[in-house]
Amino acid sequence: MITLVKRPTPSRLWIVLTPLVAVLLTMVAGAALFAMLGKDPIEAIRTIFWDPLFNPQFAAYSRPQLLVKAGPLILIAIGLSLGFRAGIWNIGAEGQYIMGAICGAAVGLAAYPIDAWWVFAAMVLGGLAGGTAWAMIPAVLRVAFKTNEILVSLMLVYVAENLLASMAVGALRNPEGGGFPGSRNLSQYPAAANPELIAGTGMHWGVVAAFIAVIFAYVILSRHMLGFQIRLTGQSPRAARFAGVNAARLILICLGISGGLAGLAGLFEVSGPAGQISIDFGSGYGFTAIIVAFLGRLNPIGILLAGLLMALTYIGGELAQFMLGLPASAIQVFQGMLLMFLLALDVLTNYSLRWRKRETA
Amino acid sequence: MRDRDGVTALLTIDGLTKAYPGVVANDSVSFSVRAGEVHALLGENGAGKSTLVKMIYGLVKPDSGAMRLGDAAYTPANPQAARSAGVAMVFQHFSLFDALSVAENVALGMESPPKMRALSAQIRKVSEAYGLPLDPARTVGDLSAGERQRVEIIRCLLQDPKILIMDEPTSVLTPQEVEILFKTLRKLQSEGTAILYISHKLEEIRSLCDGATILRLGKVVGTCDPKTTSARDMAEAMVGSALHVPQASPSPKGAIKLEVTTLDLPAKAEFGTSLRDISFRVKAGEVLGIGGVAGNGQDELLAALSGEALSAPHAVKLGGTPVGQLGPNARRKIGILAAPEERLGHAAAPDMSLTENALLTGAIREKLTRNGFLKWRDTEAFARRIIAGFDVRTPGPDNAARALSGGNLQKFVIGREVLQNPEVLIVNQPTWGVDASAAAAIRQALLDLAASGAAIVCISQDLDELMEISDRFAALNEGRLSVPRPTRELTIDEIGLMMGGAGDMDVAAPEVLA
Repeated sequence: MITLVKRPTPSRLWIVLTPLVAVLLTMVAGAALFAMLGKDPIEAIRTIFWDPLFNPQFAAYSRPQLLVKAGPLILIAIGLSLGFRAGIWNIGAEGQYIMGAICGAAVGLAAYPIDAWWVFAAMVLGGLAGGTAWAMIPAVLRVAFKTNEILVSLMLVYVAENLLASMAVGALRNPEGGGFPGSRNLSQYPAAANPELIAGTGMHWGVVAAFIAVIFAYVILSRHMLGFQIRLTGQSPRAARFAGVNAARLILICLGISGGLAGLAGLFEVSGPAGQISIDFGSGYGFTAIIVAFLGRLNPIGILLAGLLMALTYIGGELAQFMLGLPASAIQVFQGMLLMFLLALDVLTNYSLRWRKRETA
Repeated sequence: MRDRDGVTALLTIDGLTKAYPGVVANDSVSFSVRAGEVHALLGENGAGKSTLVKMIYGLVKPDSGAMRLGDAAYTPANPQAARSAGVAMVFQHFSLFDALSVAENVALGMESPPKMRALSAQIRKVSEAYGLPLDPARTVGDLSAGERQRVEIIRCLLQDPKILIMDEPTSVLTPQEVEILFKTLRKLQSEGTAILYISHKLEEIRSLCDGATILRLGKVVGTCDPKTTSARDMAEAMVGSALHVPQASPSPKGAIKLEVTTLDLPAKAEFGTSLRDISFRVKAGEVLGIGGVAGNGQDELLAALSGEALSAPHAVKLGGTPVGQLGPNARRKIGILAAPEERLGHAAAPDMSLTENALLTGAIREKLTRNGFLKWRDTEAFARRIIAGFDVRTPGPDNAARALSGGNLQKFVIGREVLQNPEVLIVNQPTWGVDASAAAAIRQALLDLAASGAAIVCISQDLDELMEISDRFAALNEGRLSVPRPTRELTIDEIGLMMGGAGDMDVAAPEVLA
């Protein structure tokens, strides 16, 4: 019989090892899944993990995609991780992402066709404000009325999606678009565009922002009082109260930061890779970022790596659908397995396994 | 099996060993208990008493060694087996359901409970026979700690045990309740029941027990007859060295530092206690001891003084300045520091390092931040000063708080506050679950702090501790505080009455037993 024995202190080795073992187990279980679907498992795994980066036929297209996809995931996940660390659960990043895109794009579209450097700067502020404001709704409701921020933030995603649809066909619709839904294409309006900064890398301002966010979060968590208060509140709320942490202020700050970063991610997406406000702009980055945050162990560096890995499975998954005819749902199962293995192995950080003979009752 | 004084031992423990990763909890422990003997198990925290009784009660399996009960080998696989063999145990922490009645709670612990009416009659019979007044129909949630313990004891007695194990039974009782308990135990003893008694309170052991086995670091280091051995000698045998007795240097009492006036605070938590009309003053250099049975408002009073709970501005004053509306950090800034009872999760964050835990309350007075950024080097130096100054046994300040033993963490928590030179220090249960030498060190630190001119409020359920260090004594009862009186003038009976809130003593009064 296997028993779990609590470790005196969390194992540093397993904190590092868990994600790696989880990826490995996911590959094994994924290979079995693909084999059952009648595909060559080795080839499927290679198509997902190897080809996007190193296959000369696809790499030219898919390598830049890695940063394009990882950028928003990392940016959003960093914001979420601060709240998650404090036990503040913002599940509605997708809504804040959409609201950031709408507000930022609205600023750019209002300025059209002015050609000045401040247009893009104003759009960034608009995106930041949109996401922050949307996250402030669950934050203020929780502080004032003790509502559950999980439910409120999640419900507001659906509100944001409907708002997006109405914007795409209403207020923000391209007046020169012949009545088709969708706004002007911001990427074709130079003052408002978020272009690829270095050709062939996929690097745009959103990716830069993501890297800055990683550094910012790392410094906050390890060297600033705010980070200490966040960690303390998450680990022992009562000790945090004793240490004088203002819980209401922390809720506002954490939801504000995560909403703001999600809004920024939306703005950079709508002005760059997506180009316009359209009905199907919401692509699920806000939800996937939750997985990325946990896959990265709520640690900034971990989230950076997890974001890249998640982006890889997206790109590789698409490639596998296209090349091997794997169903899209098989790819989603594959991504789900990754999170499941990670959470299941998580127990090893705080517990060690012992084999023990069954005791006679 | 083995004879002692020509009497056959009822329970014989022979060479029991139990090792956990990194520590040998019991190293070849041997002793025996006769029928009708009250046998004390003595030892500091971590000496291995709990592991030993858990093996006897079938909760833990020994690695090697043997036990005999009467003439037969005794190897309980689980507590059910232990109970059917005639071994019962009353735990320090009760396992009772608040919403159920006494009889229902008793039934839940039985393998095949009789009909509720028959059981109630049985409970009444046993409770009368052993002088433990208890109404089987009452809801457990309404009972005092002493009465809850009676439920546990009666649950055991209904099984007609040959051996009764009691783990720190008096820690939650008033002196009068202790007397009632002792009468019960002596009656059981006269009927031939053996009692294995674990306690820190040496005077109790001297008055109750016939024999004692002393454990240190998992080994038996001696046996003694408590009736003829002094408490000091027993304590020194437990610690293994001469015991330092805290000395208060009589310091001239100064101006009033902390003043609490008609403090009212409604309960926040569902089972919390409301503070009602609490007033007291503490002068510089003075230690005010606040006694009382657990759950009578101790946590709430600490929160109201530390700033975790806010009150009317003038209800709490420091040197004349109203501070009732200030939060914990604002109070720290002006010199009001506190050390709560719950070490893990309240006074310290379990998974954080000692350095981080030093920051937890030290950030302001020790100036451990600059523009919001943390000065880790200074913080670690502060943690090291606490570790060195208060003899905290740990590999280093990087260790997680929960890796420390209770006593060492308590020394750290108290040291953290004392080293910040508070004007007023409020401590709750400063030596709870701490071994004798560490407790003496903590008490000495509190007395030294008072001698240097701080005002100290010591909330504790350990009366011996309060008698030892406090200048004046007051008791909390259902959220009200008695008028503080000089400790020297008080007798143990008067203290008991203060703790019981007077008038509320019918439960414990011996007359009811007849």
